[in-house]
Amino acid sequence: MSLLGGGIFKGMAVTLRNFVGSYFYKDRLTTNDYSWRPTDKLPQHAGEYPKEEGEQLRDATTVTNYSRNFPMLLHDGSEPMDTIRCVACQICERECPPQCIYIEKSTEKKENAGGKPQFYPAKFDIDVSVCMSCQICVEVCPFDAIVMNSQFELSTPDRFGGLLLRRDDLLKSNDYYHNIHPEEAAARDKRIAEEKAAKEAKKKAAAEAARKKAEEKAKADAEASEGTPDIQEDAE
Amino acid sequence: MGPHHPSTHGVFRMDVKLDGETVVDLQPVFGYLHRNHEKLAENMSYLGSMPFTDRLDYFNSMTNNWAYALAAEKLVEIEVPERADYLRVIMAELTRLVNHVSLVGFFINDLGALGTPLLYAFREREKILDLFEQASGARMMCNYFRFGGLRNDVPEGWLDRARDVVDHFPVFLDEYEQLLCENEIILSRTQGVGCLSRDLAISAGITGPMLRASGVNYDIRKVDKYSIYDRFQFRVPYTDGNVGDCYDRFMVRMLEMRESIRILKQALDGIGDGPVLGNAPKVFKPKPAEVYGRVEAPKGELGFYLIADGTPKPYRYRVRPPSLINLTVLRDMCLGQKVADAVIILGSIDIVLGEVDR
Repeated sequence: MSLLGGGIFKGMAVTLRNFVGSYFYKDRLTTNDYSWRPTDKLPQHAGEYPKEEGEQLRDATTVTNYSRNFPMLLHDGSEPMDTIRCVACQICERECPPQCIYIEKSTEKKENAGGKPQFYPAKFDIDVSVCMSCQICVEVCPFDAIVMNSQFELSTPDRFGGLLLRRDDLLKSNDYYHNIHPEEAAARDKRIAEEKAAKEAKKKAAAEAARKKAEEKAKADAEASEGTPDIQEDAE
Repeated sequence: MGPHHPSTHGVFRMDVKLDGETVVDLQPVFGYLHRNHEKLAENMSYLGSMPFTDRLDYFNSMTNNWAYALAAEKLVEIEVPERADYLRVIMAELTRLVNHVSLVGFFINDLGALGTPLLYAFREREKILDLFEQASGARMMCNYFRFGGLRNDVPEGWLDRARDVVDHFPVFLDEYEQLLCENEIILSRTQGVGCLSRDLAISAGITGPMLRASGVNYDIRKVDKYSIYDRFQFRVPYTDGNVGDCYDRFMVRMLEMRESIRILKQALDGIGDGPVLGNAPKVFKPKPAEVYGRVEAPKGELGFYLIADGTPKPYRYRVRPPSLINLTVLRDMCLGQKVADAVIILGSIDIVLGEVDR
């Protein structure tokens, strides 16, 4: 230590460097200024930070793929309730760590997108004031019916009804999902297609085997029936 | 003081008995943030308490996840793929940078430098949190680790961005050291304040940077060599143990960040391709066993003690929080000091109330 106060002057130099530098390098900015932006032009999803002309932003997050806020339910076609993927199996309700999902199963079955009669959720409520965005429901869902939304502008003056999302609020199309999480959605669709193909192949093989078995059985039966008269004759 | 005093890092109360400005007696009171974490976990599937571990020490969700995953992996003996191990090390060391950089910021904030150093620290922290968000989807509550690996692989280009952040971090550290380490005000406020002797630190079970600042060379990364830490070259900074004051604790953390960067560079160079999730069973139902898994969290030894009884829920679930155990010596360090010093002594312990109260 040579000069008393030398450390303080050195520190001041750093502060000055950061102060001046913040006008030239966005790395040195400590905050992003959004205040000038009108409220209707604020981003709605994580990853949507459209940089406007002349706006200097510290490199805001470019995340689109894994960003998550609250869950949503997927449907495949244009008519949400006819193509809903959820079959109200209630696994997510059971596994949800903060217990924020409430499901009521329908009493009768209805055809889903695959043309298969299935149960559907008569009620599917998620209390987003309880939800902690952990994504466990997405991981346990065997039907790929529930995935994470990235919409975060959900503030409401009504803290009870406004934060309780009903089934119809949660329903979003698969296209919407592709829009917000392109890579993840593509990977998921690929996996579903593969599983479906594998299932169909298995079904085909099973059908083939069943047909063969039936043929053999028929043959055996025919042989047996051919044989039976003999037996009957013998019996006589 | 407290529970809503801004210098207590959360809801924490100190019953302080004073003689003028000198602390005569001090009794920490905590439990304001108790959330019943351990009992909740006992009524939940093993995977279900993973997101709750994020909320223990909310600065370091990645290492919390890791400690829990490590304990659970011991229960069922899952192989972790190599890439997942590398990514875990990268995440843990980034977490250490996040923790130490924000701790130093808060510590200086407690000293009275309102804003400036803290904002510089948060600026750098934010770059790392962006990386976390890209990989796991959340900045702080990452919930990224799974038994046997990680939830998903990092997105394309993530490793390059991480390398970019890691390469630029030393520049910031140099500046930060220039700003703080020789500053006369900091020297006079921290040197000789809140001394913790080597013997007391050992007998009180202190771990982490605080123990190393008191002169004990003990780091679980070196002792246990869990995961793949035996593959990396790094040193463990510790002092000669003569003083063990606030300045030592501050400097140990500054030096530890340099070592973390060294580990990160090696890990980013050594990482290969491959799967990130091992052969984890779909239904996690371990045989009856008792395990203790521990990691070197940025604050000290974070351990999870699990007793399985053959059901999908743990029979007993216990967290060994470094913050709580490091806090036990607060009284011994504060006695005879001034009130203003008690604040920075608390700051130098580095507690997070989410972990103290659980």
